[in-house]
Amino acid sequence: MSRKKFPFYPGCTLKTKAENFERSGLAVTRALNLELIEPERWNCCGTVFSLTDDDLIHHVAPIRDLIRIEEMNKNGIVDESRVVVFCSMCYNTLKRANLRVKENDEDLEKINNLMYREDDYKKSIEVIHLMQLLQEIGFDKIKEKVKKPLTNLNVAPYYGCMLLRPKEVGIDDPEDPVIQDELIMAMGANPIDYPYKKVCCGSYQTVHEKEAVAGLTYDILTNAQNEGADVVITSCPLCAFNLDNRQKEVKKTHPEFREMPILYFTQLMAIAFDLDEKTYGFDLNYIDPKPILKSKNLL
Amino acid sequence: MNKELTIMERIAEASKSITTGVDEKDVKHWVTIHIMGRGYKVPADLTILTAIEYAGYKFIKGCGCRQGFCGACSTVYRSKGEYKLKTGMACQTRVEDGMYLVQIPFTPAEKPPYDINKEEYDVSTIFKFYPEVARCVSCNTCTKACPQDLEVMDYIQAIIRGDFELTANESFDCIQCGLCAIRCPSEIVQYNVAQLARRMYGRYNSPEPKNLIDRLKEIKEGKFNKEMEKITSLSRKELEKLYAEREREADEPIESAEAD
Ligand code: SF4
Ligand code: SF4
Ligand code: FES
Repeated sequence: MSRKKFPFYPGCTLKTKAENFERSGLAVTRALNLELIEPERWNCCGTVFSLTDDDLIHHVAPIRDLIRIEEMNKNGIVDESRVVVFCSMCYNTLKRANLRVKENDEDLEKINNLMYREDDYKKSIEVIHLMQLLQEIGFDKIKEKVKKPLTNLNVAPYYGCMLLRPKEVGIDDPEDPVIQDELIMAMGANPIDYPYKKVCCGSYQTVHEKEAVAGLTYDILTNAQNEGADVVITSCPLCAFNLDNRQKEVKKTHPEFREMPILYFTQLMAIAFDLDEKTYGFDLNYIDPKPILKSKNLL
Repeated sequence: MNKELTIMERIAEASKSITTGVDEKDVKHWVTIHIMGRGYKVPADLTILTAIEYAGYKFIKGCGCRQGFCGACSTVYRSKGEYKLKTGMACQTRVEDGMYLVQIPFTPAEKPPYDINKEEYDVSTIFKFYPEVARCVSCNTCTKACPQDLEVMDYIQAIIRGDFELTANESFDCIQCGLCAIRCPSEIVQYNVAQLARRMYGRYNSPEPKNLIDRLKEIKEGKFNKEMEKITSLSRKELEKLYAEREREADEPIESAEAD
């Protein structure tokens, strides 16, 4: 069966600090018989969705990317008008910008006029997160692909803000999300429920307020550990950075703190699918996940 | 001419403004252009550069090759009745009737000193010297301004995600005219960023040319010292003779540039 071709928006971080997210994610989707194709030209999505009413210039970047996806469709490079995004931040920004112009013709006209060198955006694209695509494929189907069940591994799903809020773009119930729990169960691991899974990691405050973010990291991770978590999974490179790298600062204020690995959910899937070790990309994880995975006989 | 010209004099002669000696009665078509707000009647077939000279200005800065290569003669202008601000190289752009223009002989921009041998071949180096690249809003104004038709936004976007290869290739024909930078709402100095990217790409990503390494070794070992001494001791006449009689490959016929 030929692979179904989806347009894929990687985002800048997946090309640098979160290269292990892209590598493992593409390996996993390939294993699921999907082909994810990156546009030939693309730009940064803008990273944060601008909330200022008349600040249209900051929506130009995401809409330009959606125009690139429309071009891919027009040229028959992909079979789908739904663009798959891995990074939660990119997902949130692209999806909200898309919604805004779909609901506001005047905004779109202004943006199209500014980009007079491009074809107009025709509002034909939908933005979806990889997790939604997995849900659509069916977690039972994913279970069938699991060759090495993650037995005895206690996995705490971390959602942060971007996957759930605001409601219009959330991939699950913002109060009680379960989508990652289902994925964790499909991989044969134990999902850990803990109240801090939806608490903000501190986001970009990490640049100027390291200590405040380290405080949040401490709260979130100890909360997960108290419920028995071995590892935490996420789909946001910024959450991953804060939860992973800020453990260094946590150690300074809380010497008794037990460090724990933070993984992209695709890294765990690559293990469960028993894919080539090269696709795991643990070299980019700050806290080394190998010891805990070895202790569970997963490596 | 009875006096033999020096090389410098010959270059100066060749690049003399072509408007010298234009006789007004020979000019059939005239246009009026506004240089810094003041109107001048100039022959219609001049470039902006020569028209400015025709109007009586003398370039002591902001003019170099007169061939569209040096990037010195940046112009910003508006065509008659159009709202769009246009950009171009004065030596490559023909005057239009009713245009308003000004020369931009220099773009204010700081170029931080760096030693590429000491910098990490990573996007973090770009952000260290040019953190403002992160402000790019993908408006594409830079691309619209570029007289070299480069995809300026694309190369800035590429370097943001650490794609040195794409940035190096896309920016290869940049003539550092500065027009992108003066138009950028995010105050990015694209050409300096691209130069750093190209240098790093060249330093860290190009294979070491074996011929060059071997030849450098030969030079160090003094293989060519004798020959150099011989040449530098020749008189001018002998040197010219040697040059004229040198071994050289036959000139290739020039193919029509339009063919490709
Ligand atoms: S990239 Fe900028 S500096 Fe380089 S040629 Fe184009 S406009 Fe001029
Ligand atoms: S003009 Fe500046 S902000 Fe606009 S696309 Fe170019 S670099 Fe980005
Ligand atoms: S004078 Fe060199 S580009 Fe115009």
